[in-house]
Formats: sequence, C-alpha cells, structure tokens
Amino acid sequence: MTTNETYSLTVNDERRGVRDSWIGESLLYVLRERLGLMGSKGACEQGECGSCTVLMDGEAVCACLVLSASAVDCDIRTIEGVSPLGIPSDVQQAFVEEGAVQCGFCTPGLVVAVHHLLEHSPDPSPLAVKEALSGNICRCTGYGRIFAAVEKVVEIRKANGVSR
Amino acid sequence: MTIHRPQTLAEAVAVAAEHPGAHLLAGGTDTMVEINFSKFKPEEVIALRQIAELHSVTIGVDAVRIGSGLPYKAMESGELARLFPALAQAARTVGSPQIRATGTLGGNLGTCSPAGDGLPVLAALDAMVHLVARDGERSVPVSEFMVGVKKNARQPGEIITAVTLPRTQGFQGYSKVGVRNAMVISVASACLVHDRGTASVRLALGAVGPTIIRCRDAEAWLAGQMNLSGELTNRDVTDDIATEFSRRASSEAKPISDHRSTADYRRHAVGVLASRLLRRAAS
Repeated sequence: MTTNETYSLTVNDERRGVRDSWIGESLLYVLRERLGLMGSKGACEQGECGSCTVLMDGEAVCACLVLSASAVDCDIRTIEGVSPLGIPSDVQQAFVEEGAVQCGFCTPGLVVAVHHLLEHSPDPSPLAVKEALSGNICRCTGYGRIFAAVEKVVEIRKANGVSR
Repeated sequence: MTIHRPQTLAEAVAVAAEHPGAHLLAGGTDTMVEINFSKFKPEEVIALRQIAELHSVTIGVDAVRIGSGLPYKAMESGELARLFPALAQAARTVGSPQIRATGTLGGNLGTCSPAGDGLPVLAALDAMVHLVARDGERSVPVSEFMVGVKKNARQPGEIITAVTLPRTQGFQGYSKVGVRNAMVISVASACLVHDRGTASVRLALGAVGPTIIRCRDAEAWLAGQMNLSGELTNRDVTDDIATEFSRRASSEAKPISDHRSTADYRRHAVGVLASRLLRRAAS
C-alpha cells in the first residue's frame, strides 16, 4: 500500500474509508482530521497525556501512538462510540454529577479509560483506579472528583446488577 | 511511504528480505513520537502487530521464551510475573497503562535506548535475543545485541522474534528513579538478580551509559565475599558489604548530563539502587 491509496478502519462498528492520506499519520490525526471524530483530543502527541485514549481491540491505547494504517484489522472505539449520541453513558453521567469536568479537555480520554477499567474490573480498589487512570493527565480537578465519579459508577452498577 | 502488514512471521521475513531498509514497527510507542514530531519520515514500514507468532510465550523447565510482540501488560501479572518478578516490576514502570498495552520487549530492543525499562532485566538475566531473516535464524546474547545509544546488532532484513530468559532461583528486583511514579522515563534504573543455581548475583544498570551496563566488577567482588549458592541473609549483606557494592556499581556507571538529570546525580542514584536491591535480596 502506498501513499495515495485508500484503506479502511473499523471505528465504532462502522467501516470508514481513509482517502488521500499520508501513511505516517497517527490514528488520532485520522480520527479527527479525516473522519471528523473530534472527541479524541490531541495534546502531547507522545503518549504522555492520555487525552487521545481510544479502545483498540478492547485495549485502552493512545491514538497518537498508533500508526493509523497499521490499524486496519482492528476494532476501534472512540469516545463517540461509548454511548448513542445525546445519551450520556453512566460514566459520563457520573462525571457530570460529581463535577469531574472542569475545562473538559482530558474528559473524553478519561471516560474511555474508566469504561475500559470497569469492563475488566467492576469493583476496583482505590489504588487500582489510580493506577488505571495514571496515563490520563487532568490539570484542573486534582483527580478527587474524577475518583468520586468512578466510585459512583461502581455503586450504581452494583445496585442495578449490570456490568456496563 | 509504503506500509506492509504481514499476518504471519513467514510473510514478514519475506517482506523484510525484499525491503531490508524498511522500518519495523512493533507497538509504535517510540516510532510514532518521532513521526509526530517530524524527526523521522520512514519510506517503508513493516507493521508487526498482527503476527500471532510474535505474541507467544513458551515456558520451559530451564528457560522461558517470550515473543518479541508480547505487550508489557502481559508481563505485569500471572505466570510470567511469578517466574520473573524483576520483569514484572520493570513492566509496571513502563509509561502508562496505555503504553503498556502496546509497548513490547521487541520494541525496546529495536529502539535500544539505554533508558528502555525492559533492557536491564534482560541484561541481568543473561537473556538471548532471537532473530530471523530469509537466510536463517540466529541468537545473540543481549549484552552483545546492544551495541550503543539506540544501536543494536540487528542486520537489515532481520526481525527480532523472541527473547529467552533462563529461569533463576532466588531474589529478583528492578528499581527505577524518575520524577514521578507514573509515566516517566528513567533517570537511572537497576536490575539485580540473585541466582542460587549459578551462585551469582547479577546487576545491570539502565540510563547511566550508552547502553545497559552489567556491573561485572561489583558482581565478581561480591561473589568473593560470600557464598551465593544459598539464601542471602542480613549476616551476609552487612552495611559494609552494601556500601562497597554500591560504590563499585556507581564507579562502573558511565552517565552523562542531559535534560533529565546530571551525571553526578545518576552515578549517586544507581549506587543507592544497587545497595537497596542487594539488601532486599538478603531480607
């Protein structure tokens, strides 16, 4: 495959064609600039901030560190794919209710990371939550309200007996 | 720029033979930073992500073979962590969960940065690095594979397939100094392995030289001070022994000053890590 060829990605259960791209583009760039999915944020471009966190084959990864053209066989889920448009997921709702959002830039990455954590560990210890979110930097909230939001989701899911 | 996405190792070997100058892409956590910041514009890339053979783990009686494409996440817990606690400790300090989900030992070896967290563990365990090319396979001791700052012994057309770690009996530990706990590139790191089977203590230092440094002098000196074929206790590792081991380890380091730290601090820090690990081995 060369520079001007088309390839497709599976994003949020849809096959999306990527045209006229340079093959060195990161998944983050392609999601935002070619596919119009602006939810994943770009800040550091070197895997330090986590604001571009997406799920790739179920694993939370930094989209800025994925060569987009290498991800053609992968199942990619972005913040846009965690719940239907206009209906917040339980994690998003808890972020709102607990005031875990200030400027909001880190929020999409954190929400994806929290969904990933709770998928694999429905009742994580406080340390496990900190560890799981250690790759997502928030410069506003001091994390307390973010941890409170995670706790809230855990309690609600337990009460409802649902796993997601 | 062209990308190849082989699905099997055989396909990858064929593609690498046809395009010996192609850049091999493992987890992407090093390469993509270079590309994102326009420091690297590869003409040709071979993405190894999809090759199942590179993710395999084979646990043998004497040694364990770990595929070059296994992500660090898989080394943090479970059987690999039980067999190689130092590898698990090092894996847990790599970047963030997101980085550990994609970063690999093969990538660490390919980049060959002296700050690569997996490399001191491979050096202290006397790991073998396995490579394959169209004209055959070869295995290289990791200490010979790493030849300098971001330079290794891989030849064009060769693919790093796996590492073999000999199983050891006794303490293993990895320690690292950085500015914070999570997501930090090492300022100085050390891996210490005590193996009763070979009656040896092996110490490897990271980020304090052009490549990983094995402290052969400190190791030989320690072996002359005590019997290493049994359990180590506080009676073996006295304050004087720990201090001298630390001093020797520091003097074997060849640190530089850069944006992350100074040479003096690094030399001091690895000495502290060396004595701390030795004390842990004896407790």
